[in-house]
Amino acid sequence: MKILTGNDLKSGAVTWWDGVQWSLHVEDAVDVGDHGDTILAREQAARRVNAAYAIDAIRDQRGVRPAHIKDRIRALGPTVRTDLTLKPADPEAGMWVI
Amino acid sequence: MSDVQFRFRDDEPVGDPGVTVGAFGEQSNASAVRLEPGDEARDLLPHLGRIRLIEVNFPVFGDGRGYSAARILREAGYQGELRAVGEVLVDQIAFMRRCGFDAFAPEIALDPGDAEAAWSRYAEVYQPTSDGRKPIWARRHG
Amino acid sequence: MYKYDTYDQALVDTRVEEFRDQVRRRLDGHITEDQFKPLRLMNGLYLQLHAYMLRVAVPYGTLSGDQMRMLGHIADKYDRGYGHFTTRQNIQYNWIKLEDAPDILADLATVEMHAIQTSGNCIRNTTSDQYAGAAADEVVDPRPYAELIRQWSTFHPEFSFLPRKFKMAVIASDIDRAAMRLHDIGIQIVQNAKREIGAAFYVGGGMGRTPMIAPCIREWVPIDQMITYAEACLRVYNRHGRRDNKYKARIKILVHELGRQEYTAQVEAEFAHLLTQNIEPPLAELARIKAMFADPPFEAGIADDVDRSDPDFALWLDNNCLAHKQPGYIAVTISLKPIGGIPGDASADQIRLMADLARDHSFDECRVTHAQNIVLPHVRKADLYALWQQLDAAGLGTPNLDLIGDIIACPGLDYCSLANARSIPVAQKISQRLAAKEQEIGELKLKISGCINACGHHHAGHIGILGVDRKGTENYQLSLGGCEGADTSLGQITGPGFDEDGIVDAVEKATEVYLANKGEGERFLDTYRRIGMAPFKEALYV
Repeated sequence: MKILTGNDLKSGAVTWWDGVQWSLHVEDAVDVGDHGDTILAREQAARRVNAAYAIDAIRDQRGVRPAHIKDRIRALGPTVRTDLTLKPADPEAGMWVI
Repeated sequence: MSDVQFRFRDDEPVGDPGVTVGAFGEQSNASAVRLEPGDEARDLLPHLGRIRLIEVNFPVFGDGRGYSAARILREAGYQGELRAVGEVLVDQIAFMRRCGFDAFAPEIALDPGDAEAAWSRYAEVYQPTSDGRKPIWARRHG
Repeated sequence: MYKYDTYDQALVDTRVEEFRDQVRRRLDGHITEDQFKPLRLMNGLYLQLHAYMLRVAVPYGTLSGDQMRMLGHIADKYDRGYGHFTTRQNIQYNWIKLEDAPDILADLATVEMHAIQTSGNCIRNTTSDQYAGAAADEVVDPRPYAELIRQWSTFHPEFSFLPRKFKMAVIASDIDRAAMRLHDIGIQIVQNAKREIGAAFYVGGGMGRTPMIAPCIREWVPIDQMITYAEACLRVYNRHGRRDNKYKARIKILVHELGRQEYTAQVEAEFAHLLTQNIEPPLAELARIKAMFADPPFEAGIADDVDRSDPDFALWLDNNCLAHKQPGYIAVTISLKPIGGIPGDASADQIRLMADLARDHSFDECRVTHAQNIVLPHVRKADLYALWQQLDAAGLGTPNLDLIGDIIACPGLDYCSLANARSIPVAQKISQRLAAKEQEIGELKLKISGCINACGHHHAGHIGILGVDRKGTENYQLSLGGCEGADTSLGQITGPGFDEDGIVDAVEKATEVYLANKGEGERFLDTYRRIGMAPFKEALYV
């Protein structure tokens, strides 16, 4: 599926399009199909997101998984500082990235 | 052709658009020439006496060759109008002015309040150019 | 060190207000991201993998205790309690909010710091020798010349939209401790037979996709023409550097494509013209700056020996401390490479400790090295043991300067949106695997880059590692025999790449080949240069 991701303009936080607004959590991301460009144009013009783009992802038993490791690292946080990630207490989180 | 939005000269503006550097060489009565980033500003040096307007094009704001062209022309003694045209943004006009531009015709008009702030924001400068402003080292050492 | 006068301070303060205004215009929607991006880059603010990243300038790597303390304050107040020291002697913060950036710059301005031109297609931070002012082999302290260059290059009206970034380094000794020939312009301050000071210019070095060693363009520029000559070099580049292809836009490509002779001829012609324009600061300005870099008030006749009875201390002393020009003193390198740690990272608490130690034991001065460590340049030998104990207790006492554990690594894919692969986990694993043999292996400069931009300087590593993207998975190329310094050389790739476990094994194997073949007194690099690639290749690709 195609999902949309970007950064919050003010905070820089990584965000994911959940169909209505931009969520901090990749598992909220929705499949935008062919409508990505329209959504991106509208949302960036309104400054609700910055530097956003569409990526491939799959939905598996654990949720939404971006196709590229870079976006998985964006989704979670740095693999070398698990304390700074979105899931510091989750021992499986790092393996999910790789 | 965009309007001249800012001009720091007292004389009458030249109405004609600048001809290309190539064409200029063949037209003995042309007094306005347009420099593209890849043109050689020094080709104009033998003709500076008859030139009243040089337009320097910035097709994209990131192409900074026009800044060098301007300084070269002023350093050679050019006293006519030096006009920045193209993608001229408010955060560049102060640098452009220091390099010798005295007229600005941005593709997209600048907010006048923002431009006003830009011209005079920095009271002092580290480097001398032909704009005559004293560099900080000159202030330090009289 | 340099102290701002009212002119320097006014420029930095004005810049803060200008940027505050630019941020407001971005947040209000008056300018687009495309228009705002070059403006924020000129203030060192990147949009990175996890948030905005701010790169703060540390001019020629020199910091006062107060400045270091402010860096710790920023880490706590605006970031997540740590900072990353870079291979260009700067510091980076990874979790910055755009809305905080103007306040951060305002805080920095209170201690004469800024983030001006630490990114963008402009002249960046000029780096220098981390032992400046302490090294016995320097002709003069190079930093006043770097400060002249800093001021000349700041807000330069002609050179703010170059084809690409521009990096300069200044040294003043024959031993090059700043990788000078791997810069766009490298300057060596030299002395002639008449004991006059001049500048040798090396132009067109760099790493990245096409690494090159800068040729010497001019062996001697009189010191009172140095800025004019630099201006000539930049003007030729601004006018003729390629703008059609981002990967061919550095000055090294221009020098290479024109050839050294033609590039030099163009510079000389421009230089002759610029000499008529009176753009050179007067010698009085150099003298004014130099006065701020005079030797600190060293005590004479103090103890010049050190009690070595503590073996851990002795090991650290032998590895991390360098003889000082002044008897009774020593230059200390604080390793930011603990075993298994993240190279170059320091917590806010560690930063504050280093600030205190600089204030109390190094005449209020410390340095960032391009190998991502911190130097206390002027420590009394009498204070050394107590200082080491404090460092050791804070995890800053690793005795591994220039050993294989002293890894230079870019942030890589864990932090950087340009990266193809993660570099830090590789560094951590190698550090852990080889810690026990580190002393036996001896000097070995290992450098890791997560992508071809080579911010980890892997081309200049005795062992270099380059992370690549191989069909969507991380892969690592190994190179051997790179070197910075007077005998600068670029590393040779060994062969096919390795996965993460494979590269750690490969590095270990390379050290085994070295140990099996090493001659008397040979470092890894020496053995490699003597026996060549073949024995390594054979062991790696059995």
